[in-house]
Amino acid sequence: MTSIIEIYQSLGLFGRMAVFVVMAPFIGGILAGLDRKLTARMQGRVGPPIRQPFFDALKLFQKERIVVNKFQNVYIVLFCVFTIFSGALFFAGADILLTVFSLALAGTFFILGGFCVGSPYSHLGAERELIQMMAYEPMVILVAMGMYQVTGSFKVAEIAQYHAPLILYLPGVFAGFLYILTIKFRKSPFDLAISHHAHQEIVRGLTTEFSGPALAVIEITHWYENVLLVGMVYLFFAANPWVGFILALGTYFFEIFIDNNYARFKWQLTLFSSWLFTAVAGVSNIIVLYAIR
Amino acid sequence: MSWFKRSPWVLHYNATSCNGCDIEVFASLTPMYDLERFGIISTGNPKHADILAITGSVNVKSEQVVKNIYDQMPNPKVVMAVGICATSGCVFQDCYNVLGGVDKVLPVDVYVPGCAARPESIIDGVLKACEILQEKHARQKKEKR
Amino acid sequence: MKALIFLIVFPLGIAVLAAVLPPKIRLRRAIAVIANITLCVVPIYLLVTYLDKGPAFFQLESHVINIFMLAIEVFIAGFIVYISIRAKRYLPVLLVAVQSLIMLTFEFTSGSTMQIEHSLFVDKFSIIMALIVGIIGSAICLYAIGYIPEYHEHHKEVKDRSRYFAFLLYLFLSAMFGIVFSNSLMWIYFFWEITTICSALLIGYRNDKQSVESSFRALNMNLLGGVVFAVGIVYLHNSTHVMELDKLLRLDQSIVLLPAVCIAFAGLVKAAQLPFSSWLTGAMVAPTPVSALLHSSTMVKAGVYIILRMSPVLENTAAAKMLMLIGGVSFLVTALIAISQNNAKKVLAYSTISNLGLIVACAGINTQAAVWSALLLIIFHAVAKSLLFLCVGIIEYKLGSRDIEDMDYLIMRLPKLTAVMMIGMAGMFIAPFGMIISKFVTLKAFIDANPGMAIILAYGSAATVFFWTKWMGKIISIQHGVTEVMEHLVSRWEWITLYILAVATVFVCLAFPFISFGLIDPYLLEKFGTIPVADTFNFIIVFITILGLLIILPLCLLYFGFVNKNYKRVGTYLGGGNIDNVTFEGAMASSQPIGLRNYYMEKYFGETRLLNAGVFVAVTLLFIMFGVAVL
Repeated sequence: MTSIIEIYQSLGLFGRMAVFVVMAPFIGGILAGLDRKLTARMQGRVGPPIRQPFFDALKLFQKERIVVNKFQNVYIVLFCVFTIFSGALFFAGADILLTVFSLALAGTFFILGGFCVGSPYSHLGAERELIQMMAYEPMVILVAMGMYQVTGSFKVAEIAQYHAPLILYLPGVFAGFLYILTIKFRKSPFDLAISHHAHQEIVRGLTTEFSGPALAVIEITHWYENVLLVGMVYLFFAANPWVGFILALGTYFFEIFIDNNYARFKWQLTLFSSWLFTAVAGVSNIIVLYAIR
Repeated sequence: MSWFKRSPWVLHYNATSCNGCDIEVFASLTPMYDLERFGIISTGNPKHADILAITGSVNVKSEQVVKNIYDQMPNPKVVMAVGICATSGCVFQDCYNVLGGVDKVLPVDVYVPGCAARPESIIDGVLKACEILQEKHARQKKEKR
Repeated sequence: MKALIFLIVFPLGIAVLAAVLPPKIRLRRAIAVIANITLCVVPIYLLVTYLDKGPAFFQLESHVINIFMLAIEVFIAGFIVYISIRAKRYLPVLLVAVQSLIMLTFEFTSGSTMQIEHSLFVDKFSIIMALIVGIIGSAICLYAIGYIPEYHEHHKEVKDRSRYFAFLLYLFLSAMFGIVFSNSLMWIYFFWEITTICSALLIGYRNDKQSVESSFRALNMNLLGGVVFAVGIVYLHNSTHVMELDKLLRLDQSIVLLPAVCIAFAGLVKAAQLPFSSWLTGAMVAPTPVSALLHSSTMVKAGVYIILRMSPVLENTAAAKMLMLIGGVSFLVTALIAISQNNAKKVLAYSTISNLGLIVACAGINTQAAVWSALLLIIFHAVAKSLLFLCVGIIEYKLGSRDIEDMDYLIMRLPKLTAVMMIGMAGMFIAPFGMIISKFVTLKAFIDANPGMAIILAYGSAATVFFWTKWMGKIISIQHGVTEVMEHLVSRWEWITLYILAVATVFVCLAFPFISFGLIDPYLLEKFGTIPVADTFNFIIVFITILGLLIILPLCLLYFGFVNKNYKRVGTYLGGGNIDNVTFEGAMASSQPIGLRNYYMEKYFGETRLLNAGVFVAVTLLFIMFGVAVL
C-alpha cells in the first residue's frame, strides 16, 4: 500500500489528475456494484453481479437518444465536467475549499438540469436536491475548516502528509461528516432527490426526464463523486495509509448498512437534523480546536 | 456487443388488471425469485425502461395512457403482455369497455399467459424479452448504416 | 485635484441641466450620453494616473465653500421640515431639529476656528469606489433614459416628474463622489446628508401611500444615522481638534473610539444592517434605477465604505467585535429570510443586506485578509447586483409581475435577458465567479481571526445557494413551443446598460488577479505595511475554471442547440396522461394544467419571526458597542 502511495506522490500534478480521471469510473463502478451486492445479501437475495453498474452504463449508451428539450443535456455535461474537475483537483493535492466549491458548482448544474425540463417530477426532485445541498453545505465547509485548523493548510497534499491522524483532533467533525455523507452518497434516510436503483422517489426524481446516454453520464458522474467522497474520508486517517484505506472503504460499507436500516426522512427532518448535527458535532469541535490553539 | 441482455430495465404498467399479475410481477423482485440477480430493475419511468410489462386487458381509458408511455420509451424497446388478460382479454374480452389485450393497442413481443402468471413464467418472459431486445438493437444498428 | 473637483461638480452641473431643460427633447439624451461617458472615463483616468502613486492629499480651504455648505444644509433641513409637516410626520422634524442644532452650534462656536489642512484626498480605495460609482452609476443613468418613459406608461397615475428624477440621480452621483474623495469629516457629513435626502425623495417618487411611507422610513432612519454622525464629529473636534479622516486614523484609539463608533453607526444605518434593514426592503417600491443605483451598488456601499475607513480605529476593541457580530448576524438572518421571499426585488434587497453584512463583518475583523476580501466583495457585489436589479425592472414590465413564481419559462420569452440575468446570478453565488472568490477569501480571513464567523458564513452560504439556484431554475425552465418572444419590446438604452454590466461582471472575474495586485494590494500595503501572501496556484485554478466555463458552456449550447440532430423529442412524464407537455388528463376526463412552484418554507424562514429575532440581537449588540465606546 505504501508503495502505491509513494508512486502516486511521485507523479506530477497532471499525472495525478490523469490517474483520477482514468481510474475513478472503474473504482466507482465497482463500489456501486459492491453496494448493490451487499444490499441484496442484507435483504436475503442473491443480487446482481458486481460488474452490473458497468453493464447498466454500457446498455444506456446504446439506447436511443430522446430528449424533452434540446438543452437539458448541456447541464448534465457541465455537471460531469465539473465533478471530474473537482475530483481531479482533490487528488492532485490542491486546495480543499476550491474542491468543495467546485463540487457545489457541479451540483448546481445538476439541479438546473432538473429544473430546465419543466416536468413536475424532475422539478420536485430538483427542489429536494437543492434542499439536500443546503443541508450538507455547512458541514462540508466545516470539514475544510477543521482540517485547516489542525494542519495549518488547505492543501490536500499537505493535509495528507500530516504526521498524526486527523481523526484524533477532529472526531466531532468526522461524526458530522459521516452524517452528511449519507446525504451525499444518496442513501436512505436521505435519498430525497434521486434514489438509486431499486428505490423510487417521485418516480425518478431529478433524473426522470433523462434517459439513455445522459442517464449513463449521470451515473458515471456519481461514481466520480463517490470516489472523491471516499477520498475525503481517507484524509481523516491519512497518517497511516493502510488504516486509511480500510477505514475509508469501511465507511462506505457503513453507509450501505445505514441505507438498509432506515426509511426515508421527510425533507424538514433532513434539513434541520443535518444543520443541528453540524452545529453540535462540527461546531463544537472547531471551537474546541480554536480554544486550545 | 449488446448489453441489453445484461441489464434490462422493466417498466410495469397496470391497465385495468385485477392486480393479481401485478402482485406476481413484484413477487419476482422479492428474495424468493430475485429478478435483480439478472440485472433487472423495476423502474417507474418510461424514459429509463427497456421492457414494458403490461398487465390487464386495456380498456378505452387506459389505451391512450399505454400509448403515451410506450411513446416515451427510447428504442430499442420490448412490450411484454403479462397474464392472460393482457394477452387476449380472457373472460372480459366481450365487455363494452375492454379492448381485448395489449396487442390491440401496441405491438407485443412476448406473451406470458397465466391467471395469475407465475413468477417463474414472468422471469422466463423477461429473459425472452432480453433476447428480442438484442435482436432489435442489432437490426437497428444495421438499418442505420 | 482638478479631476476630483471635476467629478464632484460635473454631475451637479448635469443635474441642474436635467432639471432646467424642457422634457422630451433629443438634446437631453445627447447630454446624458456625453455626461455618462465622461463619468466613466474620468475615474479610469484617475486610476491610470494614480496607479503607481500612494494616497495624495489636497488642500482646498475656502471659507466660501464652508458657508455655502452650511447654507445648503440649512436649506435641506428646512425642506425636510416642510415636507414632513405637509405629510403630517413629526419625527423627521425632531431629528432634523436636533441635527441642525448640533451642527449650527458647532459651526458658530468652534467651527470658525477650525483648520482643515486637506479637504480632499484620493487613494486606491477611493479610486475603486469612484470607478464603481462612475461606471455603474452612469450605466444606470443610461438605463433610466429608456426605463422612465416606460414606467410612466405603466403607471399613468404617477405624475411625470422625470426632470426632477434625473436631477436627483445626478445630484446623488455628485454627492457620492464627494463622499469618497473628501478628507474633511464635515464635508463627508455634508455629502452624506445629501445622499440621505436624495434617497428619500427618490423612494417617494411615485407619491402614493406606500411610497411616502417607505420614503419617510428611510428618511427617519438615515436622519438618525446623521444625528449620531454629527454627535460623533462634534465630540471628535471638541476633544482633539481634529476634523480630518487621515488625522483621525493616526490618533490614539482610546480618545477617538466614541466618534469612530458614532460614524460606524451612521454607516450601519446607511448600509441597512440589522436592526435598520426595513428601510431598504421598503425602498423597493421605488423605480428600478433607484433600487439599482442607490440601494445596491452605491449608496449602501457608502455605508460600508465609511465603516471600512473607521475600522483601523476600532481594531481589537470590543466595539470591533460587536461590529463584526452585527455584520455576521445581518448576513445570516437576511440570507435565511431571502429563502422565504417570492417578491423578486425583496429577494435582491435581502441578498444585498446579506452581502453588506459580510463586508461589515470583515471590517470588524480588520486583518489584511479581511480587508482584502471586503474590497473584493464590494466590487463584485456592486456589479452583479445592479445588473440583477435592472433585469428585474425590465421583467416587471414585460411580465406584469415581480413575483418569482410568474417567471416560468422566462428563457423562452426573453432569452437574451435571461442569459444576462444568469450571468448576474452566477456572479452572486457560483464558483468561479466573483462572489465565490470573495467568499473563499473571506472564509480564510475569518478562520484565522474568529471561527464563529466562519461558521456563520458556512450556514449563510448554504442558504444563499438555495435561494439563488431556486430562482435560476425557475427562469431557465423550457417548454417546447411556448409563447411569444417579447424581446423586441426592451428599449435600446436598457440593452446597452445590461450588456455593459454583464460584460463588467465577467470582466471583473477574469481580471480579478490584476485588480488584486494592482489596486487592492497597494492599498493594503499602505494600511498594514505588508500584503497578504497570494496563493498563485489557487488563482490559476480559478482562472482556469472561469475560462473553462466560458468556453465549454457556449460550445455545449451550440452543439446541443444546433449541431446535434441525433435526438427524438418526447413529452415530459406526466404519468402517461399527457395532453401536451403542460396539461394532463385528470379525473373525470378533465384537463389539468401542471403548476411548478418553488419551496419557500415560510414556516421556518418566515420574514417576521426571523427579522424580529435578528433585530433583537442586533439592538443588543449595538448597545454593547456604544457602551464599550462610551466607557
